Amino acid sequence: MKSPGRPVFLERDLYRRRRVIDAAKLLPILGLALFLLPVLTMDLGQPAHVSTSGRLIYFFSVWFFLIAIAFVLSRWLRPEVTARAPETEPRGEAKGPAAPES
Amino acid sequence: MLGFNAIVFIALAYVVMLFAVAFYADRKARRTGGAWLRGPWIYTLSLSVYCTAWTFYGAVGNAARSGLEYLTIYLGPTLVFLGWWWILRKLVRIGRAERITSIADLVSSRYGKSSAVAVLVTILAVVGSTPYISLQLQSVTLSFVVFSGSTDQGQISELLVNDRANVNRIAFWVSVGLAIFTILFGTRNLDTNERHYGVVTAIAVEAVVKLVALIAVGAFVVWGVSGGIPQTLDIIANSPVGEWRPEPSRWIGLTFLSAVAIICLPRMFQVMVVEQSDESHLATASWAFPLYLMAISLFVLPIAAIGLAILPDGANPDLFVLTLPLEMERDWLATLAFLGGFSSATSMVIVAAIALSTMVSNHIVIPLWLASRAGGATVSGDVRSVVLMSRRVSIAAIVALGYIYYRLTDGSTALSAIGLVSFAGVAQVMPALMAALFWRGATRRGAIAGLVTGFAVWAYTLLLPAVGAFSAEMLTFGPAGLEILRPQALFGFTGMDSLVHAIFWSIGLNTLAFLVVSLVTFPSPLERLQGASFVNVFERSGGARGWSGGVAATEDLLVMTQRLLGAKEAQNMFHKAAVEQGKTSGLPDPTPDFVNVLERELAGSVGAATAHAMIGQINGQASVSVQDLLAVADESAQMLEYSSQLEEKSRELEQTARQLRDANEKLTALSVQKDAFLSQISHELRTPMTSIRSFSEFLQEGDMPEKERARYSQIIHNESIRLTRLLDDLLDLTVLENGQVELHIGPATLRELIDRAVAATGAEHLAIDRDPAGEEVVFNTDSDRMTQVFINLISNAAKYCDAEKPRLKIAVQASDHMIEIDFIDNGSGVPKDKESIIFEKFARASDQSAAGSAGLGLAISREILARLGGEIRYIGGRDGAAFRVSIYLEQDSLAAE
Repeated sequence: MKSPGRPVFLERDLYRRRRVIDAAKLLPILGLALFLLPVLTMDLGQPAHVSTSGRLIYFFSVWFFLIAIAFVLSRWLRPEVTARAPETEPRGEAKGPAAPES
Repeated sequence: MLGFNAIVFIALAYVVMLFAVAFYADRKARRTGGAWLRGPWIYTLSLSVYCTAWTFYGAVGNAARSGLEYLTIYLGPTLVFLGWWWILRKLVRIGRAERITSIADLVSSRYGKSSAVAVLVTILAVVGSTPYISLQLQSVTLSFVVFSGSTDQGQISELLVNDRANVNRIAFWVSVGLAIFTILFGTRNLDTNERHYGVVTAIAVEAVVKLVALIAVGAFVVWGVSGGIPQTLDIIANSPVGEWRPEPSRWIGLTFLSAVAIICLPRMFQVMVVEQSDESHLATASWAFPLYLMAISLFVLPIAAIGLAILPDGANPDLFVLTLPLEMERDWLATLAFLGGFSSATSMVIVAAIALSTMVSNHIVIPLWLASRAGGATVSGDVRSVVLMSRRVSIAAIVALGYIYYRLTDGSTALSAIGLVSFAGVAQVMPALMAALFWRGATRRGAIAGLVTGFAVWAYTLLLPAVGAFSAEMLTFGPAGLEILRPQALFGFTGMDSLVHAIFWSIGLNTLAFLVVSLVTFPSPLERLQGASFVNVFERSGGARGWSGGVAATEDLLVMTQRLLGAKEAQNMFHKAAVEQGKTSGLPDPTPDFVNVLERELAGSVGAATAHAMIGQINGQASVSVQDLLAVADESAQMLEYSSQLEEKSRELEQTARQLRDANEKLTALSVQKDAFLSQISHELRTPMTSIRSFSEFLQEGDMPEKERARYSQIIHNESIRLTRLLDDLLDLTVLENGQVELHIGPATLRELIDRAVAATGAEHLAIDRDPAGEEVVFNTDSDRMTQVFINLISNAAKYCDAEKPRLKIAVQASDHMIEIDFIDNGSGVPKDKESIIFEKFARASDQSAAGSAGLGLAISREILARLGGEIRYIGGRDGAAFRVSIYLEQDSLAAE
């Protein structure tokens, strides 16, 4: 998982794509859990003074975090991206391995 | 501050600008295909039609009343878009594959192109959307009112109460303006794809305006009024909503409801599925749309909290976005906010009206119109103009409904409450829609049962109480004192929030009815077909389903298509189809494929059920009415299934018949051969018998010279010998052919065999050239049989060689594996056309039957050689007749020694 850069084998590319789809499918479940967390963990008996400001920050942080992941996933998933994938050399000799991570 | 007239002018100028954008985009799309208009950004922005005036004004109002709860309305859609791979991707793919024009079309398509389902969903959508449209009218009207007086809240309220007529006039003109705009751009063309580039681009512009406006107000409030983020958070903490006290059931219920609504709202379906031009846009929208939602809700709570802190008590929180800048005397910001709210409201009304009018027109008006014309589509006038007209009327009617609702409720209800009523209404489509995507077992009856149940429960528990149709007594004690049926506490379950209560029971009972009825009923063939093609949409490669009913006349189809799509487009389509079928000119054949494609194209204009009925009509149905629509669909579906079964059967039958025919031919050929054989035999036997009989008759007469008698008895004797030989030959051949021959294999010298054959033939007139050296070959064989073959060949040469001085050459070529002996004479040989038959029984190359052979010699020779491991061939292309006898020398035959 170190380098999400250019795949060396096409097979690995396909494998990665499957896992990306898995991730995309799991993302809303993660989101649901995070969005419901503050509500479900609330102690109804004793209202513990939780400020709206704090929750505001929590929700928007989670929201932004989810969007960021969705952004990364969508770049992998966009069908035209995957449609173009076979054009690149399956065995990356000609183009060399992925550039070293900076 | 800006006066009322000024703001009206600004609003009009803004509308003119939108017109220009829409017009430009339409033209651009027509000329260049509008590549950038179909990009992912326009698509994402057009999705923001979800954020209506309800968001723009109502969210702040909601936040001022219940804190963070407003977020649920955006969190639900966020989750749906983050999970686009689950639902939206499939929805969009089906929408494209089936040429879906609306959500009613999609649901009805799935359930066997059922008109009943389409009508139900349409009614549900119209009833559900009407309060929402009225909400938009209300908010635009309110925003105008705000500009008509001072910021003094008391004065606004006073104006709303005292100057009702003027306010209503504003609402009326706003409605008229919206209807005109929608009609102008929503029904300009009747596209088979049902895409409106102009409108969508205008919507995208409005999306930017409302986002910029809300963020500008928010930024102004946070940095301009309260002085920064920490201060703002302080103000929030000290506001009435400063403490986090959500109701978990409402929180979950609203998140669920908004998630369902983003899929089921007719206007969302319109922009998300119908107007969508490329599936990959969804990938961008999956993060960009949640980002938009986040951005638009970011400043809602700060605006609410600061509004509550600054504005006087009693100020309507639904208008904080507008009244805050006005209070702070920022006219430009107020104007921007006004335009933002105006954009939110207008974009919603326009898209909703287009979506609803498509449904109303396709599923209600057109079927009714068709039913009213006895002759139906083939003899009626221009359907195209009727469709457009019905859409225009539908748009006007839908906006009018919104206005009427507004007048009925007097614009009194809080904005967010109305929105939620609408959401819950359209959410009733959810069970049928989800099952359409994922469950093949769902049936039409189940869908109808679920929709009716959900609609009824929703109306009873939410809509009617919301519009004040029930008395307080009714709400408290239930209808006729039946507490168990209290609209807001069904079955005695009290204590639930009324909205959550309504969602729970309407969706719950809806789903239950849908599932139970689906499980106990049986779907029609068309339903099953559609169910499979919906659920397995990603596995589908091409439309395999066939229309193989009656033969539709292509001309009729063309006439009808022209009326729906326009002459040029229809002709282009038919021409293309003809070319695909391999025709250079003329009309295409009404093949099942073509009719199928055509039906889908037409479905794009008039909806699946109607298109199906229209084609069914030309296909042989006499007339069509609303009641018939279902029957037509079902019949065609059955026809479809039966005919595919029949096709299968007839294909099998054909194959069997072909095999039978082949077998018969073989048998016939065999029997012909047999007949020929028998007639040959009888002929061959008859000839000697005839001479024997006649000469013996001569002898019986007696009284004839001794010399004659001797001659006659000689003839009889000869003929008897010939007869015996023939019978021997026949017997020999039969034995050989049946493999019953007994072979006496032993070593033999070729020379000896040929010597014996030559001696036996006794053909003195035939000169024979031998090859003494080559003949000294010893091999294992049955000497007698092999000699028989040679006798045959030599006597053949003696009989048939027609040269003046007959001469036979016997050449031998021996190798380790085989011996080849050629018998070549100097006659004229076998005629080319006879070469192939000379080895057959009774075959003779010439009619020299007098030679005393029955024509069995070569056939016998061939059989003998086959038994002895060799073959005999006629070699063409020589001067005379040339036969080659090949004997394969096998290790076995040596070993057997």
